[in-house]
Amino acid sequence: MHVGVAWFLGVSAVLFGIGLYGVFTRRSPIILLLSVEIMLNASNLALISAARYSGQQAGQVFALVVMAVAASEVGVGLGLVVAMARRRADLDVDSLTGLRN
Amino acid sequence: MTYDVVFVVASALAILSALGVVLSANPFHSALSLIGNLVSLAAMYLLLQSDFVAAAQVIVYAGAVMIMFLFVIAYLGGRAEEPVRSRPWYQTVGAIIAAVAIVAEVGFAVEEQAFGNGASVSEAFGAPQLIGASFLGRYVLTFEATSVLLLIAAVGGVTLAARRPAPREEGAIGAFEIQRPVTSISLQADVVDAETRFDVVRTGPARDEDGEG
Repeated sequence: MHVGVAWFLGVSAVLFGIGLYGVFTRRSPIILLLSVEIMLNASNLALISAARYSGQQAGQVFALVVMAVAASEVGVGLGLVVAMARRRADLDVDSLTGLRN
Repeated sequence: MTYDVVFVVASALAILSALGVVLSANPFHSALSLIGNLVSLAAMYLLLQSDFVAAAQVIVYAGAVMIMFLFVIAYLGGRAEEPVRSRPWYQTVGAIIAAVAIVAEVGFAVEEQAFGNGASVSEAFGAPQLIGASFLGRYVLTFEATSVLLLIAAVGGVTLAARRPAPREEGAIGAFEIQRPVTSISLQADVVDAETRFDVVRTGPARDEDGEG
């Protein structure tokens, strides 16, 4: 068995699928954020394996940028969760329907 | 050979811990599983000669970001638990279909492609010096945009989570506990004194009983 770039891409796809499943099925906003983190990391793995395969640094640079974006997303997302908790709202993303009508 | 073993172990750990994140009912366990996932991915980054990204992954993600998650989960306490309600069956089915679809899609795309051994790179590939040169050279605009994004996100997170002043009675203390002027305490105590007969300790500037001050 030779572990090439295809194996890394396969693992990345499986991780992305797991994160997608989590985003679709869970209700708690915290678990949703954790699932989005899994998806972002899966894309990072694909980027970095592509960088190694092509021998260029750009993929690693972009992976670091994705990390910064993920950190920003966690900051804003957790701020929203705390604001929901402050307002005594149910911590359930399905109950946030104020903009529906 | 060692390479293959490390890859198999790291990818198995990454997938299992990702399943742990998604499937465990306790959010604390989910967050801890995600730390395991991130560390396994860092090991895979090392296999791909991305030393700096692996280090950043452990320090930034498994360190800082996950600490933030654990703080919020601890702050919420029992409220962080998932609300127990029956979810519609089509949601789970749709999730499984979407997840399998993305895996199959990438699987077919990878299967079609005849990947070679990849480029041969020098030992310095992925070294911090080269990453830094990229960030401050060709990708300097990206670097600056990312820093502005981080600043905006930090301000936005604080603004969202900050305690808002609730509608309150006249004269009550505001959200940030500004110290009340001492004279007003003594004035209030004057009024209260007539009814309660408690000892009133005057801490403010001395005032005459006649009101001549």
